[in-house]
Amino acid sequence: MPVDPSLVGRAFPAPAPLSVTPERVNAFAASVGHPGADGGAVPPTFPIVLAFDAMQAFLDAEAIDLHRIVHGEQRFAYVRPLAVGDELSATLTVTGLRQIGGADIIATTSEITDAAGAVVCTGKATLVHSSGGAA
Amino acid sequence: MNAGDVLETSTFTVTRADLVAYAHASGDHNPIHQDEDVARSVGLPGVIAHGMYTLALVGRAVAEWTGGAEVVDLGAKFTSPVVVPAEGGAQVVVGGTVKSVADGLVTLALEVTCEGKKVLGMPRAVVREATVRA
Repeated sequence: MPVDPSLVGRAFPAPAPLSVTPERVNAFAASVGHPGADGGAVPPTFPIVLAFDAMQAFLDAEAIDLHRIVHGEQRFAYVRPLAVGDELSATLTVTGLRQIGGADIIATTSEITDAAGAVVCTGKATLVHSSGGAA
Repeated sequence: MNAGDVLETSTFTVTRADLVAYAHASGDHNPIHQDEDVARSVGLPGVIAHGMYTLALVGRAVAEWTGGAEVVDLGAKFTSPVVVPAEGGAQVVVGGTVKSVADGLVTLALEVTCEGKKVLGMPRAVVREATVRA
């Protein structure tokens, strides 16, 4: 089933803020071999943890199966480096929607903010949804 | 760093176990990164790495090249999947050159391949020049 076109412009917050703890950073850094995994360096792709929560909120709200989603593109622009101790929130906004060959191409922007409400980074993602031919 | 500098190419091995560890660390438990049958059911050639895993490897290479410089921009299109076999794993090769140094920012040109095929489209990384320790 194609994604509802009236989604464009709608915003989906991640259900809860994320504390950037040493444990979370170390587990993330270790899984990708990022240098300084034990030194508190936060890998630049770490904000995907929160962007993913916001995307999952969007998928749940629209009853879209995660396994029918493939990540098409991801870009992050950072206002400042992430740091252990940050308390981050995210809101995903659907910015575009088009269909190509039976797939929905969903464009999103996720704004990641800190506890003070200041933007830390902005993520732009394209999600490719294949409906699998189900009507 | 100066424009035209060629950075040392890194080869990273990605295994199914890495994808499981990454799924736990990132919260992305999409079964196409774990389960062969689910991956094939949606038309994929097999279990594929998270696109963000591959992009994280780019972040790792950038950190190694620049001594952990502050990243101001990082991204790519996931144009071709990194298929991760059950045994051994996939080899992701990250090469780069310094494209430009201007206005306090270092822009890197990147080429990311798996089995000789580009897996990222328009990969881009920009770091703050003053924070480069290389």
